[in-house]
Amino acid sequence: MRPDEVPQESAPLFEGQRKAVYVVDQDGHYQIVQSGGAEAEVTVTEDAVAWFAKLAEDAHQRALRGEASPLEYHMFRLRLDEPTLASAAGLWRWRVRRHLTAKGFAKLTPALLERYADALGLTTEQLKTL
Amino acid sequence: MSANSEPAKTVFQHRQSAHCESGVISSLLHYEGIPLSEAMVFGLSSSLSFAYIPLVKINEMPLIGYRMIPRWILNGMKKQLRLPLRFEKFKSSADGRKRLDELLDQGRPVGMQSSVFFLPYFPENMRFHFNAHNLIAYGREGNEYLISDPVFNAPTRCALADLQRARFVRGALAPKGFIYYIDGPVPKVDIVPLLRGAIKKNCFMMTSVPVPYVGCPGIRLLARRVLKLPAQKDLEYTRRFIGHIVRMQEEIGTGGAGFRFLYAAFLQECSVLLNNPRLQELSLELTAIGDEWRDFALHAARMNKGREDLNLPLLHGLLMDLADKESALYKRLRKAV
Repeated sequence: MRPDEVPQESAPLFEGQRKAVYVVDQDGHYQIVQSGGAEAEVTVTEDAVAWFAKLAEDAHQRALRGEASPLEYHMFRLRLDEPTLASAAGLWRWRVRRHLTAKGFAKLTPALLERYADALGLTTEQLKTL
Repeated sequence: MSANSEPAKTVFQHRQSAHCESGVISSLLHYEGIPLSEAMVFGLSSSLSFAYIPLVKINEMPLIGYRMIPRWILNGMKKQLRLPLRFEKFKSSADGRKRLDELLDQGRPVGMQSSVFFLPYFPENMRFHFNAHNLIAYGREGNEYLISDPVFNAPTRCALADLQRARFVRGALAPKGFIYYIDGPVPKVDIVPLLRGAIKKNCFMMTSVPVPYVGCPGIRLLARRVLKLPAQKDLEYTRRFIGHIVRMQEEIGTGGAGFRFLYAAFLQECSVLLNNPRLQELSLELTAIGDEWRDFALHAARMNKGREDLNLPLLHGLLMDLADKESALYKRLRKAV
């Protein structure tokens, strides 16, 4: 990569940050310059963010109708999915799957609520709120 | 490039780098008066790699890595330089915090592993649940830690509660409060005789490991998988899959192309240290390969977004070509040293 191939403008995604990248100058020497974010990485990162946002929005709608739990909404909103939530909370997947339903969520003990809240970095009150 | 017996310890200086783990070690070494660059650290620990492991899933997608596993660089550097690098893990977060504070109060910079998601200084949309990020704390003030995160341009601060959470998340690659620091005088080590072995080891891992998931065979395996994509699941899955390849390549820290450039920069340093002009040629060749990875990423990202028509044979061809070029390069590299 040459220095002039590095995007100067910081992508909105980076919020003014810049990454260090390695480039080769005209004499064939390596040096570090700052990059505002190349098209490929910005595109796919935004896509991953949008993917979770879509799942969260969908879960939000279903939770409002009582078809899903607030836990599912918060899980996707905080960019986790079922297997990652299970390992972050230290629970079996089949249990998490049950707790993601509105019915299963309603039966959660305070201790388990606490556990999920902790894994998501929320308070139990926040976890129960849509 | 060997260490002085009594290196002058100065104030800790933040250094921006392309990759977190190599950057942290390079910064800690600079602090000890051993000016090894990030690229040298990366190469000396033989950390360039490729791995495609379909059985391990991240958000429903297979694991794709472009460098060795987390802590490989730490362990590699410890061994190569015979560093008095001390590792500590904690069962309770209170103990972890106490020990970190203790070390910082002694005036040592401390490297640590953390989650990306719970670090508030990361831009909101770059925060994902990746638990093997590396950063340095070099002091504390009140309820805040002074942080030097090598992928950012400037040092920053992080509130105690946030850092605690980030250090003690559970799940895959859970850090368990993992910290590391250089404890005691660093022995004098001449790195020049180590370079040849480090390069040979890396060549071996890229070409000759007898499992199909690692090195150049891994790239070919991924290429064949890409070609088979539309037959399985839906088009949305295909779209996400190619996006995922690029994400693993380019996101946070550095990526596939980035690691190729990093290794090429290492080869360039080697060329000078070993007085071997052949290595400079190979360095430029690897740079060209890195550029091709970037080209691949751009095509894949555009296809992911629909800015370009989905063309899986094109992606397959690019990956196959990369595998061929990389394997030819490592074979020549092995002969050149």
